[in-house]
Amino acid sequence: MSRTAVIVFAGVVALFVVSWMVKAMVLADVSETNIVDAFMVTVAAFLTLAIYSFLYKDNPYYKFAEHLFVGVSAAFWMVQGFWTTIVGNLLPRLSEGLATWFQQPYQGGGYDLGVFVFPYSIMYWIPVILGSLLLMRLSPQGGWLSRWPLALIVGTTAGLNFVRYLRSDFIVQVAATFVPLFGRDPHPWQGFGHFFSNLDLSASGQFVALLSNWVIFIGVFCGLIYFFFSKEHTGAFGKASRVGIWILMITFGASFGYTVMGRISLLVGRLTFLFRDWLGLIS
Amino acid sequence: MTNIGVILTLIVIFGGLLWLLVRSISGREVDRRIIFLFIFVSVAAPIIFQITFKERATPVVEALFANIDGLPAGSKVLISFDFDPAMAPEVQPMANAMSRHCLEKGHKIVFMSLWATGQSLMTTTLSRVILPEFPEKVNGVDYVNVGYKAGNEGVLNVIVSDFKKMFPTDVNGVPLDSTQLFRDIRSCADLDLIIALGGGRPGPKEWVLFVGDPADVPVGVGVAAVVAPQLYPYFPQQIVGILGGVKGAAEYEQLLIATHDRFVDMETPGIDMMGPQTLAHVVIMAFIVIGNIAFFRSRSKGGSK
Amino acid sequence: MKRQIPLLITFFVGTLLIISVFVPPLGDLERDFTLFFDIIAVFAFFLGGGNLLRIHLMKLANRRKDWGFSAVTVSGFLFMLAIGLFKVGNPGGIAEAVDAEGSWFKVMFDNVINPLQSTMYSLLAFFVASASYRAFRAKNREATMLLIAAFIILLGRTPLGVMLTGWIPEWMSVAQIPNLAVWIMNSPNLAGQRAIMIGISLGVIATSLRLILGVERSYLGGDSD
Repeated sequence: MSRTAVIVFAGVVALFVVSWMVKAMVLADVSETNIVDAFMVTVAAFLTLAIYSFLYKDNPYYKFAEHLFVGVSAAFWMVQGFWTTIVGNLLPRLSEGLATWFQQPYQGGGYDLGVFVFPYSIMYWIPVILGSLLLMRLSPQGGWLSRWPLALIVGTTAGLNFVRYLRSDFIVQVAATFVPLFGRDPHPWQGFGHFFSNLDLSASGQFVALLSNWVIFIGVFCGLIYFFFSKEHTGAFGKASRVGIWILMITFGASFGYTVMGRISLLVGRLTFLFRDWLGLIS
Repeated sequence: MTNIGVILTLIVIFGGLLWLLVRSISGREVDRRIIFLFIFVSVAAPIIFQITFKERATPVVEALFANIDGLPAGSKVLISFDFDPAMAPEVQPMANAMSRHCLEKGHKIVFMSLWATGQSLMTTTLSRVILPEFPEKVNGVDYVNVGYKAGNEGVLNVIVSDFKKMFPTDVNGVPLDSTQLFRDIRSCADLDLIIALGGGRPGPKEWVLFVGDPADVPVGVGVAAVVAPQLYPYFPQQIVGILGGVKGAAEYEQLLIATHDRFVDMETPGIDMMGPQTLAHVVIMAFIVIGNIAFFRSRSKGGSK
Repeated sequence: MKRQIPLLITFFVGTLLIISVFVPPLGDLERDFTLFFDIIAVFAFFLGGGNLLRIHLMKLANRRKDWGFSAVTVSGFLFMLAIGLFKVGNPGGIAEAVDAEGSWFKVMFDNVINPLQSTMYSLLAFFVASASYRAFRAKNREATMLLIAAFIILLGRTPLGVMLTGWIPEWMSVAQIPNLAVWIMNSPNLAGQRAIMIGISLGVIATSLRLILGVERSYLGGDSD
């Protein structure tokens, strides 16, 4: 470590200790566990600052925070998966003793095949075996065995998605695109005379409602034409494809606007934490 | 103090933008850290000076609010916390506001999560909002926290027809059969409304595909801003309302305050975040304009930027 | 054996899950197989954790560059695993949620995972700003349309939109920026998103069929047998 790095490190440690002590004094009136609470708030604040230090340039404090995050997150998901699904759903079906030990209700019974009941205590060894085979991926020799559980995962995902996407994202969406182009409730079509004599541009008026329906119908149609690459985009087809691009550009513009909004919100959240919970600048 | 702070902030930011414009037009490089500093100031100053605005609800938010408001007392609402800390600043205010609304209207809530991180964030909502603000509500009767299960859409595919097969107990090991709330719930089809909060996968989209449509249960969503535009094709046929980003949360909080006296003094993180959000939007738009002015100027001069 | 059995499993499970939608008596079997999937998902978490541990332990053992940071990852991983599996500091018994208020696990989540993850993502606010200044150019008609739509949304989603255009009379209120933003979201955005959604759904349906029928085999890897 260079001399500068040592000085910076000493400065960070000193700042941490000072922050901890000051925070502990501030929290003394409101919390009995003020020393621990102050320590944890200071840890959270320093980890936040460590990540932000990347904005200046890559540095060991950022790398420390990044590596810590990877380690604790992986363990977090493993632990949650173990307690909620292995203990909550698997063990109580495998054995009454295990269910009792983990204080879970025993889930006996089985799959009724008509002739006899295939008990869960046998049936649920299938995911245990397949799950164990998945772990074989860590072994250089037995890696091919992990294809079996992978096949179940792939098969399940494919089977589940096939019907759901067909119904909700294809059939319903196509049906919803066939909107009335000449008005419906609350603006039923009463002829061109009525339409032009009552023409206005209010957000809830008939003109805007009709325009929306035209944009939706033509927009979806042209958008799909743009995605159709089996035919050259020339002539009328090309013009429709061009309209499709415009609709998609507006869509991406809207998405960009929302993305900016989302990213700023996260920053607001972190700065609010630093100013309120750590520094106490705001109430 | 606040007014002076606002004026100072505006002077610093707009003065800085003017400097940036001059520098960009003259074709000189601007260090990325200066851009970062702009964003920091435009977000930090409104937080410190606590600049807030009154919100006007949009139709997609009003629709979800009206749906929850219009359900009869005792209706069963499932709220799913399918998000992580990266989405929490946007989505947790929605979760808190909608949980308050449901409990105030006398609805029964089932809390669950498809994200491991969602369970911990749900614990935070329960301990910081529900327990202190609704001490009269009883666990197991007015609400049940069933927690997280692994398996993404696999979980949804089970609970759509048999809830207790996937969730035999609540998060603390209490059998659901022994709770009053679950006496009449066999599957998701027995619910009156599902509120899916999230922004990733699995999230609101999976709730529509795997539960809302097959079981014909109304689904309302509260999502991180990034994915909100993708959900509009589902509205209003497959989704009853959309809260998109912190703006959606702020609009919902405003509606809640305007219609329920009990919530006049509640915490409003969504509304509070709109001040910094507004100024940051202005700065980003200014960046785009300045960048384009510099670009066209260099192009008209024959530059190759 | 190495390829046929996995293909058979995929075909069986995929077909079962599709048929069970139309044959309700198969519902029980469908739910059990879905539960198998959920349980195996947890083993996938274990695999992820095991893999992480293996990579960083090897880095530590070989004293490779930045091995000190691998020590941070391994220590963080093992510490979190230990306090979670043994429910350290948990106020209730073994049956109570691992992340109950007061447990070490929840304290670590609130003060380590939460700040680290949310801060990591909030960095994107700075990068979006930098990209806005350097990259978003109205070079042609399409890019200009994108930028105009983005501007309307950015203004319309803040109170600034009301301040700037609130004076526009009701008979042409669609020109008020917040209303214009709502219209963009409900009409052109909806149309564009729906076109993308229909395209993706066709892709998912085709890929699912290819997987179930064994036409698509890339997930099995390169070994032939």
